[in-house]
Amino acid sequence: MNIDWVFYFAALVAFIASIKVVTSANAIHALLYLVVSLLAVAFCFYLLGAPFAAGLEVIVYAGAILVLFVFAVMMFDLQGDNQPVLFQQSWLATWFGPLILTLTLAMLLAYILVTGATDSHIEVGVVSAKQVGIALYGPYLLAVEIASFLLLAGLLAGYHFAKSTSEGEHR
Amino acid sequence: MIDIPITHVFMISALLFCVGFIGVLARRNTLFMLMSLEVMLNAVGLAFVGAGSLWQEADGQIMFILILTLAAAEVAIGLALLIRMQHQRHNVDVDGLSQLRG
Repeated sequence: MNIDWVFYFAALVAFIASIKVVTSANAIHALLYLVVSLLAVAFCFYLLGAPFAAGLEVIVYAGAILVLFVFAVMMFDLQGDNQPVLFQQSWLATWFGPLILTLTLAMLLAYILVTGATDSHIEVGVVSAKQVGIALYGPYLLAVEIASFLLLAGLLAGYHFAKSTSEGEHR
Repeated sequence: MIDIPITHVFMISALLFCVGFIGVLARRNTLFMLMSLEVMLNAVGLAFVGAGSLWQEADGQIMFILILTLAAAEVAIGLALLIRMQHQRHNVDVDGLSQLRG
């Protein structure tokens, strides 16, 4: 069965959502579209035979990094552009675009799961999480160590910069 | 799993990268520049995963994991800088940073 069009459809959803991220005026709307874009790219990963990368994309990118974004925007009012935050817009208008795109992705996923199009040759093209893990802690061990140092540096720098100092306040 | 020509994967990746790049160049709001950087990193990850699935090797996904780590660290530091900027200047316009002194 030919399911190539599903990949192109998911890529189209990712493209539209990315354009809306760049062009939208409200930061929260842009973040919603960014979530949709990341989910669509995760769908592409799954179809390309990388289910582990797809899971990581959903969990780490759409789950953790975007929550950090939303948290910072809402807590510290990082709206930018000197315009008031418009949370009281019409409910439908705010959610319509991301809702349509997400429903499209959900229908594609349901189509893939119901038709079972990927079951027949699941063995052929998939790079499993086991292979990734073996390679990650074998030849790429040094890269993992460097990545851990990078994360530690990010933690320290984030703490240092976001901490409110007394001389920074009265400016 | 499915037969996508690798050139199509690279073209989609390049399109997403260009969208993010235009966002970085055109928006003056630092928050939107960070989001556009996320789109760009994501496009590069798509290219890596596509290439990794072409040769049936795990290396593409490993590069994607490293990109993920980079994105996490970048967002943490970038948002911390944005919070500091919002405290001091009450906007996050990147052009205001050209007047840094001391």
